[in-house]
Amino acid sequence: MPGADYDPVEVTPLKAEEVEAMRDAALAAVAEAADLAALADVRREHTGDRSPLALANREIGALPPQARKEAGKRVGQARGAVNQALAARTTELEAEAEQRMLVEETVDVTLPYDRLPVGARHPLTTIQERMAEVFVAMGWEVAEGPELEAEWLNFDALNTGPDHPARSLSDTFWTEPADHHVVLRTQTSPVQVRSLLDRDLPVYVVAPGRVFRTDELDATHTPVFHQIEGIAVDEGLTMAHLKGTLDHFAKAMFGEGVTTRFRPHFFPFTEPSAEFDLVCFVCRNDEAVRPTCRTCGGEGWIEWGGCGMVNPNVLRAAGVDPDTHSGFAFGMGVERTLMFVADIPDMRDMVEGDVRFTTAFGTEI
Amino acid sequence: MRVPFSWLRELVELPEGTTPEQVAEVLTSLGLKLEVIHGSGVSGNLVVGRVLSAEPETHKNGKTVNWCRVDVGSHNDPADESAGVPASRGIVCGAHNFGPGDLVVAALPGTTLPGDFHIAARKTYGHVSDGMICSTTELGLGGDGGGILVLSGELAEDAEPGDDALRLLGLDDVTIELEVATDRGYALSMRGVARDVAIGFGLAYDDPGSPSSGDRGALRGSTSSRTSGEPSDRSHEFHETSGDDYPVTVSDPDACPVFVTRTVTGFDATAPTPAWLARRIEAAGMRSISLAVDVTNYVMLELGQPIHGYDRAQLQGPIVVRRAEPGEKVTTLDSAVRKLAGGELLITDDSGPIGLAGVMGGETTELSETTTEVVIEAACFDAATIGRTARAQRLPSEASKRFERGVDPRLAPVAADRVAQLLAEHGGGTIEPGRTVVGSAPEPAPIAMPVGLTTRISGLQLSAARVIETLELNGCTVGEPADPLQVTPPTWRPDLAGPYDLVEEVVRVVGYDRIDSVLPDAPAGRGLTAAQRLRRRVGTTLAGAGLVEVKSYPFVGTAVFDAMGVDAEDDRRRMVRLANPLSDAEPFLTTTLLPGLLTALRRNVGRGIDDVALFETAAVFLPGASPQGAPLLAPAQQPTDAEWQQLNDALPAQPLHAAGVLTGRRTGSGWWGTGEAVSWADAVESVRRIADALGVAVGVTAADLAPWHPGRCAAISVDGTTVGHAGELHPQACRALEVPARTVAFEVDLSALLAAAPEGARGPRFSTFPVAKEDVALVVDEAVPASEVREALVAGAGELCESVRLFDVYRAEQIGEGKKSLAFALRFRASDRTLTDKETGAARDAAVASATSAVGAEQR
Repeated sequence: MPGADYDPVEVTPLKAEEVEAMRDAALAAVAEAADLAALADVRREHTGDRSPLALANREIGALPPQARKEAGKRVGQARGAVNQALAARTTELEAEAEQRMLVEETVDVTLPYDRLPVGARHPLTTIQERMAEVFVAMGWEVAEGPELEAEWLNFDALNTGPDHPARSLSDTFWTEPADHHVVLRTQTSPVQVRSLLDRDLPVYVVAPGRVFRTDELDATHTPVFHQIEGIAVDEGLTMAHLKGTLDHFAKAMFGEGVTTRFRPHFFPFTEPSAEFDLVCFVCRNDEAVRPTCRTCGGEGWIEWGGCGMVNPNVLRAAGVDPDTHSGFAFGMGVERTLMFVADIPDMRDMVEGDVRFTTAFGTEI
Repeated sequence: MRVPFSWLRELVELPEGTTPEQVAEVLTSLGLKLEVIHGSGVSGNLVVGRVLSAEPETHKNGKTVNWCRVDVGSHNDPADESAGVPASRGIVCGAHNFGPGDLVVAALPGTTLPGDFHIAARKTYGHVSDGMICSTTELGLGGDGGGILVLSGELAEDAEPGDDALRLLGLDDVTIELEVATDRGYALSMRGVARDVAIGFGLAYDDPGSPSSGDRGALRGSTSSRTSGEPSDRSHEFHETSGDDYPVTVSDPDACPVFVTRTVTGFDATAPTPAWLARRIEAAGMRSISLAVDVTNYVMLELGQPIHGYDRAQLQGPIVVRRAEPGEKVTTLDSAVRKLAGGELLITDDSGPIGLAGVMGGETTELSETTTEVVIEAACFDAATIGRTARAQRLPSEASKRFERGVDPRLAPVAADRVAQLLAEHGGGTIEPGRTVVGSAPEPAPIAMPVGLTTRISGLQLSAARVIETLELNGCTVGEPADPLQVTPPTWRPDLAGPYDLVEEVVRVVGYDRIDSVLPDAPAGRGLTAAQRLRRRVGTTLAGAGLVEVKSYPFVGTAVFDAMGVDAEDDRRRMVRLANPLSDAEPFLTTTLLPGLLTALRRNVGRGIDDVALFETAAVFLPGASPQGAPLLAPAQQPTDAEWQQLNDALPAQPLHAAGVLTGRRTGSGWWGTGEAVSWADAVESVRRIADALGVAVGVTAADLAPWHPGRCAAISVDGTTVGHAGELHPQACRALEVPARTVAFEVDLSALLAAAPEGARGPRFSTFPVAKEDVALVVDEAVPASEVREALVAGAGELCESVRLFDVYRAEQIGEGKKSLAFALRFRASDRTLTDKETGAARDAAVASATSAVGAEQR
């Protein structure tokens, strides 16, 4: 029978007051523990194997059977109360500790942090993409062609006569030997002819790209620059379609309020031809301000590009019958457009590769 | 073309109150674009004054000035009887070339002179100077600035003190400067501009260049009775002609269809140019030189016909117009001896060449102060011939500019007579009765123009009647109403060669602003091509990696290849050479983007930026193998397939490259510590990022290629083909290129990478079972590339292996001299189960065994 072999002399009776005293001592210690380390000590002292309550618990077995139940209940309740207090105090102290840690870990978030290098794409790249996208959105394709181009494509196919001054050494970069008839293209227009020869009609393409002319670098000229050119050849295209396209393009680039103007001009590859102007961004062609406006030189208008109806000779060179199809073409300088869009006074900034210029534009314009 | 407004008003009767701005706007809409309107720069109270007294006063500074009383009529201050001062104004003047009684021009307070110089009364030299007595220079009238403008001759005739001197001197006039496109040569004359003004304002036009204009009295400026210096009497009579003038032979009528001469004898070469005439040619942008020269220029400006005058006394024998022999020489008016290539059109006499036809006259027969007999040449020359000569001789004269764009071939006799008359009238000579006319003006060919073409091309709904009407306004003659219309362009429009040219003439009159704005319906598109999208991706990727894009010129010389240490046999030195480079030091088109990038890097470092990372994507130019070049095919004709092939084959290959250079620190330094210095690995990593962006797998092997460090250069390959290099630059190259030591660079053939890019990605399949990780450390000889060890591990690990990544390189004594330990993390995973330790261990052992047999690796 349980407890039958105990030594009655060794047994200390588990009095209620004693258990309560042990419990109260433990609870007091828990409450007094100031931090988690102290609480760990308290835990060991009052709930560990050698703690009074543990020892008391162990003694229960030695009690006479009739006393065990009550003693067990008493000790169990006391231990439960202590454990509960410990858990509560632990949570409390952990929260306090974390709170303290958060305060201690506070940093100066205004410290500058620029460890990773900042890159950028050139605004001439991003603006070409933006310009091309206006046309892609209308269903046009983006076309390309070589920069070293056959003389025939840069001139003859574009209805430029053999004596046209543009062919001279003072305008066009020629490669040696001259009888190879290869030039650095002076315009993106050869892509017009290539596009027509490469594709089935109708053709609607834009061609952004790098072009070359023998100009010295200054604030408004660079021998290596960029153009975007567009050509559409279809049945029934007229100057009205040309105008509609360019009006839309101008609005997409410069905002809804922009006003455009067409003036007769001359280009070998279009007839009729026109130059198209944008109303001056600064004086807005206001008669009161215009005369002293430096941006447009008092004209009220700023030339943006050239355009016209594709000359029938160009259509013929590209294998298109001018009696069944008509087309329009236009082109403008990308550098010039960028100067307008981003208010850049000097073209040299686009050429020199100073990172301070380019990073100002990020990766999109 | 500079158009004096007052001159224009004489040729077209503009409605009262029409402003120069309105005229400019109308001309712009017709294709003669306004450049700028020039005022005289003088405004306000500029009046005629008579000098009443001029008292010289010498001042302490040693300067003598005149204290003048000037009678300025209604602008006078009242007389001061007590001081004996008459009604006048007091003005201090430093010049001495005038005296009491002279008529001068006084700028009274409130006047503005050129240069925005405002005149006000001011205290000076002990007087209140109540204005300024002006010199021609101060009035912007040119001259030598030698002194005060003293009115004389016709200017003084009717001038009274107090008169408006702005009007008297023509300073109230403005000049409209127009841009004339190459097809509108007619507008390089008052005659042509006035015609467009008449068209634009819907006014009648009396053509001063018409052969019958003399009868209608359209020519002006040819009378002696004149008030206020302006030509007022428009009447003019042509002298009857009888017989020939100076003998002329034209040996090449195609190049010179018409050649006319008239002669004036008894001419006084020292006679002054009338002020109104001088003012007009100066306003038009030419200098007044002498009566004879001024008159020829005046008629050129008026009618558009370039004129040349010869001193008859200097001519030897008949004038012969012929093509130059190669090597012939002519001394032109600018005293330049010009060597000719042959084929230029020459004016010659028995002495040899006496002028470069249509470009510049010769020195030997030049008009001089002693000339009394002037032979006037008015001729028509072939536009292309004159243009070629002017360009070859770099002599873009007023004459060649006009001939190049086409001069009305019917003008020659009219213009010659006009010059003769003005010379006779103002130089006191006699017009010889004869007139030489060799050749005749070619008749313009009619153009067949479909009635509906204008509407088809412009989108404007125009009736046949409206089309015909506008063509006639432009000077065209339209035949019987039929379809197509037979349209004969006027002789002054040699540019009108086809029906589309006529469309432009109709539309410009109707108005470009009348054209509707309609968006065309392009077929629905597919957006950018894959290559176009990927190219953009490369740029964003590199920018995202902290590199900044630059745009370089493709021009290079050999010096940069020397600096880079590229040897003489290297393919990169085989370049396309330009015939006309901007700089003789850089005559080639580059085969590598590094020179441009290094220049930009050097510039940035020079501007104080220490950490620089740049990239560029652009074409390079690789000379082709085609020996015969590109065919120059016929215009307006589609090339055959064979021709098209030949043309494209002749073009050098122009692959796109992507390249970059980095120097300084790759990551920034700061309070957190020191940033990482740029290393060869950054160059290789940049290439990897490009390849990753394109989805292309690249191989990396050791290489030795200039300008890279021989031990720090990686060759980048795709499927075993080298597509580029990356690494640290050779120290010698850094020194020679003047870039910081340890600068790194990469360059890859982007076209090759784009070609290797897979078409469309396929979604990956991956396992969700647990991963088993195994690390192995392998000791190999220093010379063994890590990539080979890794490849051997991958090959041996079998298909359970998910990845093999090198995570440490360790060298130490206990590993052994000339050895290194490479630590790899291996990850294994099966698609259908959790791997057992046994399976993983076996796979690891197989991997190590493979490395051992391939490169002698020993596991640590």
